[in-house]
Amino acid sequence: MAAEAHAEGATGYIVHHLTPLRAGEGFWTLHLDTLFFSAFLGALFILFFKKAADDATSGVPGPVQNFVEMLVEFVDTQVKDSFHGQNKLIAPLALTIFCWVFLFNFMDLFPVDLLPSIGSVMGLPYLRVVPSTDLNATFAMSISVFCLIIFYSIKIKGFGFAKELLLHPFHHWLLIPFNILLNFVEYLAKPISLALRLFGNLYAGELIFILIALLPAYIQPVLSLPWAIFHILIITLQAFIFMVLTIVYLSMAHEDH
Amino acid sequence: MSINITLIGQMITFALLVWFVMEYVWPVLFNALEERKKKIAEGLAAAEKGQEEMLLAEKKALGLIKTAKDQSSEIVSLAQKQANDIVAESKNAAKKEGDRLIMAAKAQIEQEVQQTKETLRKEVATLALSAAEQILTAEIDKNKHQDLVNKISKKL
Repeated sequence: MAAEAHAEGATGYIVHHLTPLRAGEGFWTLHLDTLFFSAFLGALFILFFKKAADDATSGVPGPVQNFVEMLVEFVDTQVKDSFHGQNKLIAPLALTIFCWVFLFNFMDLFPVDLLPSIGSVMGLPYLRVVPSTDLNATFAMSISVFCLIIFYSIKIKGFGFAKELLLHPFHHWLLIPFNILLNFVEYLAKPISLALRLFGNLYAGELIFILIALLPAYIQPVLSLPWAIFHILIITLQAFIFMVLTIVYLSMAHEDH
Repeated sequence: MSINITLIGQMITFALLVWFVMEYVWPVLFNALEERKKKIAEGLAAAEKGQEEMLLAEKKALGLIKTAKDQSSEIVSLAQKQANDIVAESKNAAKKEGDRLIMAAKAQIEQEVQQTKETLRKEVATLALSAAEQILTAEIDKNKHQDLVNKISKKL
């Protein structure tokens, strides 16, 4: 990939934009840009919300509190709609996912060359600014959610969870191997679809921004403006889908059949 | 597109974020929201209660005014009746007093008439006696007829 990145022309430009800033070799490679931007955005999110929480009053809210409360209420409504158990983790988890993913995706709206150019001035050869175009970032969340699904399934259902794995959907002992296979696929599909959906949408979106950036300057605004406006919908929608599916999966884990 | 150690780093970041939000952000904001909800509900309830109380008070006031009116008209009619009674009574008393006074005057007049009659009788007797005395003095011996005259005067 490194050789391709140095290639000239359109391909080189695209590959350069989609190559992360790396440190280390093989599995022990760190995507520094992904780590930095996700942590930075996470910190931004936390500081903003912590500030709002510190200033929160039950009286007349200020604009910041109003905005934050709107989000909290929105997430809370979503959680209450699909989750009927008692779990004080779900709502904060959903809020974190929604805001974090939204901020990841929001990086997509910065001009494609702006931050990498600043990076190259600072001596960074590569800079991929949208963390959700990194499979590591999306899988990190979906696998965490998957772990929670397994954890709560075992915690709430106990032995019933094993029974469900063996005897669902076909309630007959002869079909146990088949059931195991089906459930295995079903459970595995959850984190993979969560991660790949977000990754695919954002990766494709970013790619289109890059392709538009390759066009002559006088055509670019005509194409990038509608795409950016459309993307505002996409990034919100993807964050929302990730959050809602997380809630739904976890509520399924809490339901005893 | 390689999966590598970045995944673990991201998972740790994610876990920390979720923990932080769960611990320090969500409960505070959520409580503030709940508290405000409660406050608003209380305010609305209080307003409703106030309105109800006002209606009740209005009704009560109307009732009070009505009873007061009834009472006052009753009092007025009672007073009128009493006044009538008093007038009738005093008329009666005046009539009685008048009658009494008339009776007393009549009695007194009667008495005076009797007295006058007595006096007149006595005076007539005296006059008659002196006339007879003068006649007798002129004609007969006074001592001889004294008894006779006395007898006559007693009969008068």
